[in-house]
Amino acid sequence: MAQTEAELLDNPVEGNPTLILRSPDFHSITEVVAEAVERPTPIGWWFFFIPAVALLGLLGVAVSWLFWEGIGIWGLNIPVGWAWDITNFVFWVGIGHAGTLISAILFLFRQKWRTSINRSAEAMTIFAVMCALLFPSIHVGRVWVMYWVFPIPNQMGVWPNFRSPLLWDVFAVSVYGTVSVLFWYVGLIPDLATMRDRAKTRVRKLVYGFFALGWRGSVRNWNHYESAYLVLAALATPLVLSVHSVVSMDFAVSLLPGWHTTIFPPYFVAGAIFSGFAMVVTLMVICRTAFRLEHIITLRHFDYMAKIMLVTGSMVGYAYSTEFFTSWYSGNPYEFFTFMNRALGPYAWAYWIMISCNVISPQIFWFKKARTSIPILFASSIVINIGMWFERFVIIVTSLHRDFLPSAWGYFRPTIWDVSCLLGSFGLFFTMFCLFVRFLPMVATSEVKTVLPQADPHGHAGAERESRHHHGRRLSPEPAPGSAS
Amino acid sequence: MPFLVNQLPKGPYYGILAEFATPTDLYHACERVRDEGFTKWDAHTPFPVHGLEKAMGIRRSPLPWIVLVAGLSGAAGGFGLQWWVHASAYPLVISGKPYFSWPAFIPITFELGVLFAAFGAVLGMLALNRLPMHHHPLFRSKVFERVTDDAFFISIESWDPRFDPSATGKLLTSLGARSVELLESSE
Repeated sequence: MAQTEAELLDNPVEGNPTLILRSPDFHSITEVVAEAVERPTPIGWWFFFIPAVALLGLLGVAVSWLFWEGIGIWGLNIPVGWAWDITNFVFWVGIGHAGTLISAILFLFRQKWRTSINRSAEAMTIFAVMCALLFPSIHVGRVWVMYWVFPIPNQMGVWPNFRSPLLWDVFAVSVYGTVSVLFWYVGLIPDLATMRDRAKTRVRKLVYGFFALGWRGSVRNWNHYESAYLVLAALATPLVLSVHSVVSMDFAVSLLPGWHTTIFPPYFVAGAIFSGFAMVVTLMVICRTAFRLEHIITLRHFDYMAKIMLVTGSMVGYAYSTEFFTSWYSGNPYEFFTFMNRALGPYAWAYWIMISCNVISPQIFWFKKARTSIPILFASSIVINIGMWFERFVIIVTSLHRDFLPSAWGYFRPTIWDVSCLLGSFGLFFTMFCLFVRFLPMVATSEVKTVLPQADPHGHAGAERESRHHHGRRLSPEPAPGSAS
Repeated sequence: MPFLVNQLPKGPYYGILAEFATPTDLYHACERVRDEGFTKWDAHTPFPVHGLEKAMGIRRSPLPWIVLVAGLSGAAGGFGLQWWVHASAYPLVISGKPYFSWPAFIPITFELGVLFAAFGAVLGMLALNRLPMHHHPLFRSKVFERVTDDAFFISIESWDPRFDPSATGKLLTSLGARSVELLESSE
């Protein structure tokens, strides 16, 4: 099997590359994806689900205690008023970006390889945005007045400040979450109909049937459906770029050395895609093995994702050096101090973890052997996500901890509750992901079928009839004007 | 292949349902049904078959216009809300900026435009498709369950002016249908 895959990757194919191995028919695609949901819960699933739920419980405890006691239970102080809470927020919202990149941007660029992984990558996006939204919400301290961020008419006659990047963030992230759910659901409708039509039990028939909305694969429906999908992709593309740009403006619009730079929006977007692809790789390595989807999620897919990680990792590395150069070239002593302090000060350990994980480690993907080796990919994806978490930590904490006056210098140390909230957010993420792979088709079968050669009515399967076409003996004359319905 | 009427419907017909083996067969059958001048008919596939809407003579979806209107209303509403709040309802001087500091309103204007456009796309698509519709005469067919798996169908409704149970069935059989059945109407 591995041999075949390697051979396939080595052959530069003219025309369409083979995206799905073992040349399956349409039914076997349905079978392998739907069967993963329909069979009794495998034991292995519990090995992921139980620890995930345990961590989710930890999150519940940590958040309850936080609500009771206040954000003083975290290691926050003055000058470090933002620390792990906002680090986690930026980390999670960044993870989500790869899902949208795969589902929307690669769709617009007609990158057909996305079909094997887009469903689970979009699910990842939604769960990551859930984790992301958690942190700014709980970090406000008085969560019961959270609704003040929304423009709701109220008895106080008070409105939010729409000129603040923090409010832009509220809108950007919540719109992003909503649009991601819509996009994901629209993509799911045909597959939910598949689950409905295969259902053996009444509960399944009713639940999948309800959400499938009575989909019957009508071409007149597909016509509007494909239009909607294209429009959603076209909307999600600028949206995803705007989201992390707005997140970066939380920092860039402030006047703090280390934050106040115009490079932030593109730099944050590149970092977001970088970490998001790493998370997709982590999840896909587990899923393809656990659910025997090696022929649908192939080494070719990993090869492409590794290339994207190499590119975005290098872009992030370039941004790190540009930041440093600018801080020196600006001639601003505060700016230069902040960067020297980042690399050589008390948080130098975090800075160098960031550099090694994000800039040095992805360079291994220059080699095809690394891009097609599952163990290397898996290890790198985790290393990259550690690095990207540290990137946000470095940006936030090192810029804050040495204020303009040395008398206001401090050092941030996480408490057990900081750690619990971070681990707990992973619990939330993996609980949701486990439920997703258990109850929903994790591969977009209606999209994967379109990349099979026999799906093309003018392809090899239709070669015989087509040749008749080309010899002028058409089956039918041109449509008469007005015959269109 | 013979024209199979697996059961004669008791009530009035909904129409006729023919199954085809491959997207190619379906494509050419659709071209033919279109050219025969049928209007009340449809094809059903497990995935969008490239170019089939042309073979059926379906016009482009008007959905993008709905999305445009929804998106522009969202953006205009978002911009108007911020203007009204900062210049009229709750005027406060913040960082020395004018009340109507429109460049600062652009991010939220954009986000609300996208939000409304996305809802316009999804709800517009459902409305144009008449979904949700959980009951449909086609669901009475046993073979039709495979439409979301690996089967390809043409359905012609009985109220099409050119519909004739026997002749239409023979036409579909001659186009290479694997099976043809008459469907009873819902009520």
